[in-house]
Amino acid sequence: MSPEIGHYALVLALALALFQSVVPVWGARKRDAALMGTADAVALGQCAFVAIAFAALTHAYLVSDFSVENVVLNSHSTKPLIYKISGVWGNHEGSMLLWVLILTLFSAFVALFGRNLPLPLKANVLAVQAWITAAFLLFILKTSNPFNRINPAPFEGRDLNPLLQDPGLAIHPPLLYLGYVGFSMSFAFAVAALIEGRIDAAWARWVRPWALTAWMFLTAGISMGSFWAYYELGWGGWWFWDPVENASLMPWLAGTALLHSAIVMEKREALKVWTVLLAILTFSLSLLGTFLVRSGVLTSVHAFAVDPERGIFILAILIAFIGGSLALYAWRAPMLRQGGIFAPVSREGALVLNNLFLTAACAAVFVGTLYPLALEALTGAKISVGPPFFNWTFGPLMVPLMVAMVFGPFLAWKRGDLLAAAQRMMAAFAAGIAAMLLTFAVTRGGPVLAPVFIGLAAYIIVGSLAEVAERVQLFRAPLATTLQRARGLPRSAWGTAVAHAGVGVMLIGIVGETCYRQELIVQMKPGDTVEVAGYQVTLTGLAPVQGPNYRDVVARLVLREGGVDAGILEPAKRVYTARNMPTTEAALKTRGFSQLYVSPGDVETSGSIALRFFYKPMVLLIWIGTLVMMLGGLLSLSDRRLRVGAPKPAARRAPAVQAAE
Amino acid sequence: MTTTTGPVPARRGMTRKQRRLTLIGLALAVLGVAAGLVLYALSGSITLFHSPTDIVEKNVQPGQRIRLGGLVETGSIRRGENMQVSFVVTDGRTSIPVAYRGVLPDLFREGQGVVTEGVLEPGRQFRADSVLARHDETYMPKEVADALKQQGHWKPGDPAPNPNAAQPGASR
Repeated sequence: MSPEIGHYALVLALALALFQSVVPVWGARKRDAALMGTADAVALGQCAFVAIAFAALTHAYLVSDFSVENVVLNSHSTKPLIYKISGVWGNHEGSMLLWVLILTLFSAFVALFGRNLPLPLKANVLAVQAWITAAFLLFILKTSNPFNRINPAPFEGRDLNPLLQDPGLAIHPPLLYLGYVGFSMSFAFAVAALIEGRIDAAWARWVRPWALTAWMFLTAGISMGSFWAYYELGWGGWWFWDPVENASLMPWLAGTALLHSAIVMEKREALKVWTVLLAILTFSLSLLGTFLVRSGVLTSVHAFAVDPERGIFILAILIAFIGGSLALYAWRAPMLRQGGIFAPVSREGALVLNNLFLTAACAAVFVGTLYPLALEALTGAKISVGPPFFNWTFGPLMVPLMVAMVFGPFLAWKRGDLLAAAQRMMAAFAAGIAAMLLTFAVTRGGPVLAPVFIGLAAYIIVGSLAEVAERVQLFRAPLATTLQRARGLPRSAWGTAVAHAGVGVMLIGIVGETCYRQELIVQMKPGDTVEVAGYQVTLTGLAPVQGPNYRDVVARLVLREGGVDAGILEPAKRVYTARNMPTTEAALKTRGFSQLYVSPGDVETSGSIALRFFYKPMVLLIWIGTLVMMLGGLLSLSDRRLRVGAPKPAARRAPAVQAAE
Repeated sequence: MTTTTGPVPARRGMTRKQRRLTLIGLALAVLGVAAGLVLYALSGSITLFHSPTDIVEKNVQPGQRIRLGGLVETGSIRRGENMQVSFVVTDGRTSIPVAYRGVLPDLFREGQGVVTEGVLEPGRQFRADSVLARHDETYMPKEVADALKQQGHWKPGDPAPNPNAAQPGASR
């Protein structure tokens, strides 16, 4: 019965979404407070109904209701509880439902906490959110209904793809979707501003926290996905430039640009038109990302041919939202023009540079990801664009960005002094050169550029923190003064410094992993010993182990370091019984931030096993760097001027900003 | 934040225009560099996909770096010393022998789809330096599925084309 309740709840949510799509906009046009006011209650109702539908699907998974097709295809009665829950979104239909659930949650959030928003703006924002909700609900109900029943019901399900049965991947999609959908808020605000034809700094103050939140979740999602690929796929790579990964990287790049241009808009009322465009583009890329991954277009262009209804629906949604919003932009954006002027060398100028490089990098990734699809659709030729393409385009565009991102915070608004900034950055330059020379002296071999990049990373970390250190007068004033100043410094200044330093931390990890990694593939029999990166590794035996829904062949490796015991590694070849699908379970030994990575190959008839050893120096810094970036985002988000529902400090701050201009 | 605003008003109109031009020039420069990089990289890092029949019909020349995809022919896998592996990739009409050294991906099995990347050698021998493990849940790389469909071996909707379905190891 409960699947039908879920289905019905979705239909009711659709009806509410359609109501909310029209009435509040009409109210905003007529300046009718009653009509505009309907949006709040309707948004809450929508959220409740979608939540009911989601709960119904989750219930079907929990009780293994194999009369529901979606459960049959993606679950199994012996599957552990956490994967029964994550199975809900481990497939196309369920993930779309999760997407809409998050969307309606955010709408409800605006309805509940948007009291300090001007009523017409709020009504329009909620209406735009409802357009998106309605489109997705229609899509789910028409083409991807997760509540379809099958008759007769089978006794057992087909299990979730074993590669997805992993805690990292259980939370990866929700994080990613919180990011994607979070950008729908900046999109809704941008379209609402276009509808109204006016936009001001208060708008940016509302958009920035949403963009920041979405950005943090997206960062977390991408980072989690990369970490999962690293330890679960057994290939030791952490980024493959795979279309699925690129689909999430593109909105991240555009979203990062949006974050920065929103600062300019908020502080200086400049770059309005550009910020609105970025908000539209970011969400468009999020939509594209969602559909690219979930529609199967990436696995085959012919997915459209197999399921034309779904394919055409997706195309229609993309065209309507991307095309529609861009058309609205072309029509209304000229009305928004005005803004503070600034010299090319200034904080604004640096942020513009940031936006240029980020969007150019985003465009390069876009070309590399979609060119093969376009070419195949047009000419039928099948090509693959490999990692060299991205290394050659993305890399050179990121380097100037990284050099400039340290300069930016040192420059004054409106008009900066490059030379003075450079003088204040002496510590950063010194640290960069020292790190470069040190790396060069300590390491032998490896690409020539590697020490340069390590130097760049040190420059970024020291330079980012130096800006804050200078503002609190570290070592120049007594400690008490420094602490007092540190407390008085806006959290967003801390956020900038920490997030930028995170980029440097990540860069060290990337350079360490790509330039200094060691790899060894050997065939070993029990009793054999090999030497890898200072470890003596002995294979003591191969043993079968039975898990809840899989069988393992575990290779037991004893590690010794300079004659001292250094632990045991147990990589395994695993076969999931329901799908008879083999996977590789890599084993990792951590030393500082570096890791020894062992991934087993096939067991030969002779009783020997192929083992791949990787030694990855500093590899953990890649993900620690993203965590530091997120921490920076969190600090920035906790800045009092961005705190939602804190109108008083914001009002107090506004005149202060004007006075400084 | 106490920048002087003294000299600006006198040249404001001019400066504003100049500033805008500087910005636009900068934007064009960055985009130009990006476009140049994209074109350069595209010319160098694209690999064409071929099925075994393509290689014969299109007369692909040896020495070229390509991707070869098809099914791993049943009974063709030979394992040698030092992780040397040889197998035959087929699309039902034409077969190409492939040599590879290294660890094979998890889903590499006889009768299953595979994509290999490497260089075609004289005598229609393929030397692969990577065997790709990426695939969707139906175990079928997209290019292989398309190539097989062309040869009439696979109808869309089948979970996976599996000529050895009768083999106990391959069936559920």
